[in-house]
Amino acid sequence: MYAQMVKAEGAKSREEMSDQERAFQDRIDRGEKIEPKEWMPEGYRKTLIRQIGQHAHSEIVGQLPEGNWITRAPTLERKAILLAKVQDEAGHGLYLYSAAETLGVSRDELLAALHSGKMKYSSIFNYPTLNWADIGTVGWLVDGAAIMNQVQLQKTSYGPYSRAMIRICKEESFHQRQGYDILLKMCLQGTPEQKDMAQDAMNRFWYPALMMFGPSDKDSVHSAQSMQWKIKINTNDELRQKFVDQTVPQAKYLGLTIPDPNLKWNEEKGGHDFSEPDWDEFFEVIAGNGPCNAERLEARVTAWEDGAWFRDGLMAHAKKQDARRAAARLAAE
Amino acid sequence: MSSEWPLWEVFIRGQHGLNHRHVGSLHASDAEMAICNARDVYTRRNEGVSIWVVKSNEITASAPSDKGPLFEPSNSKVYRHPTFFDIPAEVGHM
Repeated sequence: MYAQMVKAEGAKSREEMSDQERAFQDRIDRGEKIEPKEWMPEGYRKTLIRQIGQHAHSEIVGQLPEGNWITRAPTLERKAILLAKVQDEAGHGLYLYSAAETLGVSRDELLAALHSGKMKYSSIFNYPTLNWADIGTVGWLVDGAAIMNQVQLQKTSYGPYSRAMIRICKEESFHQRQGYDILLKMCLQGTPEQKDMAQDAMNRFWYPALMMFGPSDKDSVHSAQSMQWKIKINTNDELRQKFVDQTVPQAKYLGLTIPDPNLKWNEEKGGHDFSEPDWDEFFEVIAGNGPCNAERLEARVTAWEDGAWFRDGLMAHAKKQDARRAAARLAAE
Repeated sequence: MSSEWPLWEVFIRGQHGLNHRHVGSLHASDAEMAICNARDVYTRRNEGVSIWVVKSNEITASAPSDKGPLFEPSNSKVYRHPTFFDIPAEVGHM
């Protein structure tokens, strides 16, 4: 999940709601979409800004671990593909920032909150990409987990968010397939050393990928309100289970071992049993103490600050052009 | 944040002779750049053959609260739809 532990505001029972709030909840229950200028509870608006903002930040920060490999891709074709994927992520960030902006916050405000550490992005991007198989694994597992989350969010109650998700899902499937394709090559046609690299990547990314769905439902305090508002459709544990069940046969085909001795099929529940990730590690990474938190944030802040003169320059140019056009119009009258 | 780029709404004509359709928005310093950015953001997979951009703050929209007064009057005028009129089968297609 690209949005983890989003704090939801003000869970209310039907009796506690005002007439306006009840009418709003009825619309959501009927499956109607809420559009930007319509009335919404303040808590709904704030929670959405947090969730969509965090989601957008994840797309943008998510470019960094992969960008690291654009110049190191093994072939020109792989390089072009990776470049296209990373460009897609920028686009996804943009769709989401635009959706958040319809709620009355500006993109610059959201970026400032990211840069100051006030807003978070997905924990997964605080892990390093150490070898080429990591890029395959990120596409396969990380984008795979993201799709799992995003597919259900296409049905979310807020119109602009839902439409952004539909666009993103259309493009995301390419990301997962390109990742799996890298691993197919390394695992089935590669040298033993390349296969080892793939297994090493799997070992490092398996649990961080499971963490993407957020804490276990029993510790997920904000889920109830978000689900009532249809900002969230499935619980963290439901999605995690689905992800594991989907991934097991894919790993098997590659001949990779999932690093979990407790992983086994459970006939009774019709799904796999598996080990929970280390939640202490998760909370540490969220708190800013993961292997790459400082590096990622620094890269973002530097890019933003180094680009300031350019952004300002273009704006100054645009204003000058506007003034010139206005003067020319006046002269012609 | 003195120089935040303005927001633009983007409209794209798909490939099949359709109307321009709203696809989303983006930030750009001027119209020319908005077109370039729209190309990169909204047509990476051949989604269009023509782009319109317009500054978001120049769009006038109907208010959600006007939904009733604006649109309800047409609800009662079902005779505006051809299916309102029964044409005998013997007459053939009309």
